[in-house]
Amino acid sequence: MGMTMSQKILAAHAGLENVKPGQLIMADLDLCLGNDITTPVAVNEFEKAGFTTVFDKDKIALVMDHFTPNKDIKAAEQSKQCREFAAKHDITHYYDVGCMGVEHALLPEKGLVTAGELVIGADSHTCTYGALGAFSTGIGSTDLAAGMAKGKAWFKVPEALKFVLTGKKSPYVSGKDVILHIIGAIGVDGALYKSMEFTGDGLAELSIDDRLCMANMAIEAGGKNGIFEVDEVTLAYLKEREIKQPKVYKADPDAEYAAVYEIDLSQIKPTVAFPHLPENTKTIDEVGDVKIDQVVIGSCTNGRLSDMAVAAQILKGKKVAKGVRAIIIPATQLIYKQCIKLGYIDIFLDAGCAVSTPTCGPCLGGYMGILADGERCVATTNRNFVGRMGHTGSEVYLASPAVAAASAVTGRISAPEEVMQ
Amino acid sequence: MKSKGLVHKYADNVDTDVIIPARYLNTANHQELASHCMADIDADFVNRVKPGDVMVGGYNFGCGSSREHAPIAIKASGISCVIAKSFARIFYRNAINVGLPILECAETDRIAAEDELEIDFAGGVIKNLTKNETYQTEPFPEFIQNIIAKGGWLNYLNSLK
Repeated sequence: MGMTMSQKILAAHAGLENVKPGQLIMADLDLCLGNDITTPVAVNEFEKAGFTTVFDKDKIALVMDHFTPNKDIKAAEQSKQCREFAAKHDITHYYDVGCMGVEHALLPEKGLVTAGELVIGADSHTCTYGALGAFSTGIGSTDLAAGMAKGKAWFKVPEALKFVLTGKKSPYVSGKDVILHIIGAIGVDGALYKSMEFTGDGLAELSIDDRLCMANMAIEAGGKNGIFEVDEVTLAYLKEREIKQPKVYKADPDAEYAAVYEIDLSQIKPTVAFPHLPENTKTIDEVGDVKIDQVVIGSCTNGRLSDMAVAAQILKGKKVAKGVRAIIIPATQLIYKQCIKLGYIDIFLDAGCAVSTPTCGPCLGGYMGILADGERCVATTNRNFVGRMGHTGSEVYLASPAVAAASAVTGRISAPEEVMQ
Repeated sequence: MKSKGLVHKYADNVDTDVIIPARYLNTANHQELASHCMADIDADFVNRVKPGDVMVGGYNFGCGSSREHAPIAIKASGISCVIAKSFARIFYRNAINVGLPILECAETDRIAAEDELEIDFAGGVIKNLTKNETYQTEPFPEFIQNIIAKGGWLNYLNSLK
C-alpha cells in the first residue's frame, strides 16, 4: 500500500521503509517549538526529570508571544523563566520582545522550517508549517520537554483526508474563507486524529500566506496536521530564505485516504464562523444584520503582510464606524516594518484603528482587546469558543481580513464589496 | 488500579479554553490551575468536586489549545478519570503524558451527572453503581500502556537510555 505525504515524512524520521495508519512510532525531530505559556511547564518537567542538556541548541525555538510584552507580573515571571532557560542552554532561536513575532508567522519568515521536516510545537497551531510541506503538529509541554532533551517524540501514524482543490477564487476570497468552508463542511472533529492533505490544480490560486492560514486551522477540524503538496510557489518561498534544504515528499499514487473531498474554489464565498464553534459557518450573504463592538485583525492565522495589505486596501480613506474599536496587530517585527514602509500603518491610524506591536494578545483572551459581557467581535483569529476573547457572555465571529476590515467600517458584519463600491 | 466517584457530566466539544481559560495561564502551579478548573463552563465545579470523582463528556473532549494546563488542572482538582466518546488528539496525548487516566467509551449518553461510577483500569470496565450497568472501553495500545506503566513519557524516555 502506498503512503501519503504525512506518512512518508513520519517513516523517514522513524528510520522505517514503510508505516501504516495506527502504527505507533518513535521519530527524530527537526525542530521543537515552545512559547511563553507552554515553555515554563516544559522547563519544570525537563528539570524534574533530571535532564541537564538539550539535544541540539539549534533545533529548539522559543518564542515569547502570548502574553508579551508582559501583561502582568505573573506573565513576566513566566517569560523570565524561559529567558533564563534559553540563556543557560544557549538556545540559538530564542525570540523575545524586540525581535519576536507571533510564533507561526515568525518561524516560516525566518526560514526555520522547510519541506520534508518533522516539527513539534507546544502550541496547537504548530500545524501551520504544513503549508511548506513539513509534517508539523501541536503537542503539549511534556512532549516539548522530551523533545528538547532527546530530540524525539512518539506518534500514532495518521490516516488522511485528501482535499483536491480546483477552480479559481473570486475577488476577496482568501485561504481563510476556504478553510472555514471546509471546517463548516466536515465539523470541528471531522479530521480527528487525521492528516488533512491539500493538493490539486487550485493550489496555484493560493499564495503561501493563504496556505499558512489554511494549514493553521487544520486543528480546528481536529486534524493532527495539515499539509500542502510542494509546488513552485513553495519552492520559491523557501529559496528566498535559503537556510535549510527542502526535501519534497509526494503522496504515492496508490496512497489510501479515509475520504477524498473536491473543493471548487470558484464556489467559495466569504465565510464567517458564528459563536461558539469554528464549524458554525455562514456565507456572507447569509449572515444577516450582526452589529459589532470590536474588530481584531492579526494572529498566527491572519497577521501576515498580505492580510495587512487587504485590510489597508479596504480601510484606505475610510473611517472605523462610531462605537467600534478596531485593533490591528502585524504578526512580526518585519511585517510591522513593511506595513510602515508601504504606508499601511498611516492608513490604519487615519481610519481610527489601534495598531499594536506583535502579540497573540486578544486572540486567546490574554490582553490588548478583551471583550465585556454581551460584546461582539469580528476577528481574523482561529477560535470562537465561549469566553475565548473575554467574558463568557461575549461573542467572537471568525472571518477573513477583508470581511473584518469591511465590518470595521460599517459596524456590522459586512461583505468587502459593500464598502468598496 | 481502581477508582470510584461521582460524575460531573458535560456535552460534546468541551474545549481547553473552558477547562482552563487563558486568563489563568500566567502560572504553572498545579493547585492554582486546579482552583480555576472548568471556570467558563461550570463555575461551581471547584466547589463540588471530591477526590476520586469522574468527568464525563461526549465527542471531541479537550479540543482547541495544546495547553497541558488543562489535563493538569483536571488531575489536580481530584478527578480520577475522564471518560468521553472521543478525545481531541493533543488532549489525549497530554493526558497520557501527565498521568491523567482517560477512557474512550461509546456509551457516555447512559451516564448522568451525580451517577456513582467504579472504574477498573486494568480491564477497562466502567461500573455504573447508580444504574447497575456496566460499560466496556477500548484498552490502550501496548506502547502507551508501557508509557503509563513507567509513570509517563519522560520517565519512559529516561528508562530507554
